Amino acid sequence: MGHQDIKFYQTGTFTVGNRLLPPEQRSVQADMERTNSLNSGHRACQGCGEALGARYAIDAAMRATGNRLVAVNATGCLEVFSTPYPETSWQIPWIHSLFGNAAAVATGVAAANKVKARKAGLALPETRVIAQGGDGGTTDIGFGCLSGMFERNDDVLYICYDNQAYMNTGVQRSSATPPAARTATTMPVGDEPGNEWGQGKNVPLIAMAHGIPYVATASVSDLRDLEYKVTKAMNMRGARYIHIFVPCPLGWGSASQDTIKLARLAKETGLFPVFEAEYGEVTNVSKIRQKQPVEAYLRLQRRFAHLFGKKPRLDVVARFQEMADQNIRKFGLLGSDRAAVGFPGSEHK
Amino acid sequence: MLKQCEGSHAVAEAVALARPEVICAYPISPQTHIVEGLGEMVKAGEIQDCEYINVESEFAAMSVAIGSSATGARTYTATASQGLLFMVEAVYNASGLGLPIVMTVANRALGAPINIWNDHSDSMSQRDCGWIQLFAENNQEAADLHIQAFKIAEELSLPVMVCMDGFILTHAYERVDMPTQEQVDAFLPPYVPRQVLDPRDPVSIGAMVGPEAYTEVRYLAHAKQMQALELIPKVSREFKEIFGRDSGGLVRPYLLEDADTVVIALGSVLGTIKDTIDEMRADGISIGVLGINSFRPFPVSAIRRALSHAKRIVVLEKSFAVGIGGIVATDVRMAMDGLDQRIYTVVAGLGGRNITRASLHRVLRMAMHDQLEGLHFMDLEWNIVNRELDRERQTRRSGPIAENILRDLGQTKSNVG
Repeated sequence: MGHQDIKFYQTGTFTVGNRLLPPEQRSVQADMERTNSLNSGHRACQGCGEALGARYAIDAAMRATGNRLVAVNATGCLEVFSTPYPETSWQIPWIHSLFGNAAAVATGVAAANKVKARKAGLALPETRVIAQGGDGGTTDIGFGCLSGMFERNDDVLYICYDNQAYMNTGVQRSSATPPAARTATTMPVGDEPGNEWGQGKNVPLIAMAHGIPYVATASVSDLRDLEYKVTKAMNMRGARYIHIFVPCPLGWGSASQDTIKLARLAKETGLFPVFEAEYGEVTNVSKIRQKQPVEAYLRLQRRFAHLFGKKPRLDVVARFQEMADQNIRKFGLLGSDRAAVGFPGSEHK
Repeated sequence: MLKQCEGSHAVAEAVALARPEVICAYPISPQTHIVEGLGEMVKAGEIQDCEYINVESEFAAMSVAIGSSATGARTYTATASQGLLFMVEAVYNASGLGLPIVMTVANRALGAPINIWNDHSDSMSQRDCGWIQLFAENNQEAADLHIQAFKIAEELSLPVMVCMDGFILTHAYERVDMPTQEQVDAFLPPYVPRQVLDPRDPVSIGAMVGPEAYTEVRYLAHAKQMQALELIPKVSREFKEIFGRDSGGLVRPYLLEDADTVVIALGSVLGTIKDTIDEMRADGISIGVLGINSFRPFPVSAIRRALSHAKRIVVLEKSFAVGIGGIVATDVRMAMDGLDQRIYTVVAGLGGRNITRASLHRVLRMAMHDQLEGLHFMDLEWNIVNRELDRERQTRRSGPIAENILRDLGQTKSNVG
């Protein structure tokens, strides 16, 4: 389905009731046939963005593969809250091996499926594989295996649920933690409170640099777009990467009912660009609908509370604003702008 | 069919005959020739229905192996030394998950100082990792053990490490009787996994287990290795029925029956020891050898049975536990507990130092006269060691130890090759 074709008639909201859509455009989750691959009863916190993202992603992948899907999970919140034995929320074949090897284990699953398919006389394996992990398992400890999987163009969709820190171990900084953010290892003390100001590690762009068939970012604030991207990815072969923005009420110090709101603000400020890329070139950008100042996003999270305390750090807020504006320019997130020249691949669009 | 070939080549051919479905390869000396050979065979179509994956690290090699084995594919990889250490987290994971992966360890020393030559420090560092560890005495056995390893691994759903001495075996050209495909097919049935990632019957593998069941899970890992104590000799007998030769098993005695002194060792050094023993026997000395083929599981009963009559035991090992002494010797002491025997530990052959018959004669004769200290480092240059200890007492910034020692030896470069 062409996801851009949907018209959102309900003003002031991004949600649109499925009853307003033709059946073929309704979400996978709205379907009675949905597989509930990550079933209810798990131990995720109230308002967990990762649980929501995983539920939508895996069910969409299940539909796209005719329910022939294996999931490989890195150590992390998603692994822990879904599966202490003998309970499991997973209704699909699922394996957890280690923190840093999900991409490589998935390569092994894909290789085995390829051999099995060949022995059965099939040109391509019917059973597909997804690897998934949090930002720590993806951008830090699992990065070597992830890059290897990309470089070999193994038939794996890797999904990173990015909540911007090591939440499972008690909110420590990862290379996906934004500058100035308070974590347990970047406390808001001293002259420059919170995380150091740096580039961080932008894994979607690094994934694109591998020239793999598909890279996308997505957000739990736009679940239909997330389903679309997972479906599209599963209809392709080779190495694919989807980076999903998933707010964490516990780690961010945000209200659990604000998860979707925060995810939407991350996109609407420009702090989290939502886009698609194929073979290293940006092919589609989700435009900002109503540009928001970064302060609206930052103020909802206690991890940034020290920026708005007795001695407000408006200079730091201004740096965030510049970061967002740079993303807007770089990705062409506003109006009919094209991506700025110089962004990898964008000059060809 | 008799062939004159390199040990690595023999192993590659043996692995190929086992019809592997996934092979993960990452280069590290002295294992390289094995995976190079396999890569060529897969690409040339000599191994069919097999995925050969060039991974980016040993950690990835074992991780890919975990994924493919859990998906029901017969899986092989090879490593050595630093590579084995780099994959350790996944090595423990593979055995914990009960995945019958077969891996060659081309035994090599561990750094620092970096050293590519043979000893057993690498696989000994993994003695508690839950894998079965089989040691090959020569290239024939190295080839044969790989065929047996798949059968043992898959029957028990446990991974197996086949340890062969780096360079001494991997790079040595020897006569090897290569099995035929028909023989191997008759010996090794197709892999039927105990657990598999299959959408038709979804299971969760590798979830968290708390204190209420962890001990039982760990005990079962031990129980499986105890089962292996029966399975390994059984597989060795089945192997003999089809291939007509002795290979594998738990232990291998040589001139043991009436021996007062018994040497215990693992791997290729057994050949040199047997030659030395022959010479000592000719001099009328009552001495024999027990080779340990299976280091994990450790064949406590078989060793106790074989050595109960011995007056003294000399454990010659190419590794040691810094701060205490012998690794193999500690296990042997446990096997011989309560018997009135002297047990000596001789550490030899570290980092590729030659173990010569002359040195063996000297050390074994000292042992026979009970003149050997409990922990003996064969051919250790005491004056060099003492000079370095002295230097460290006198100078705070005494510099890199290995460089100092080579300067004291008067050598401008390591004695390579």
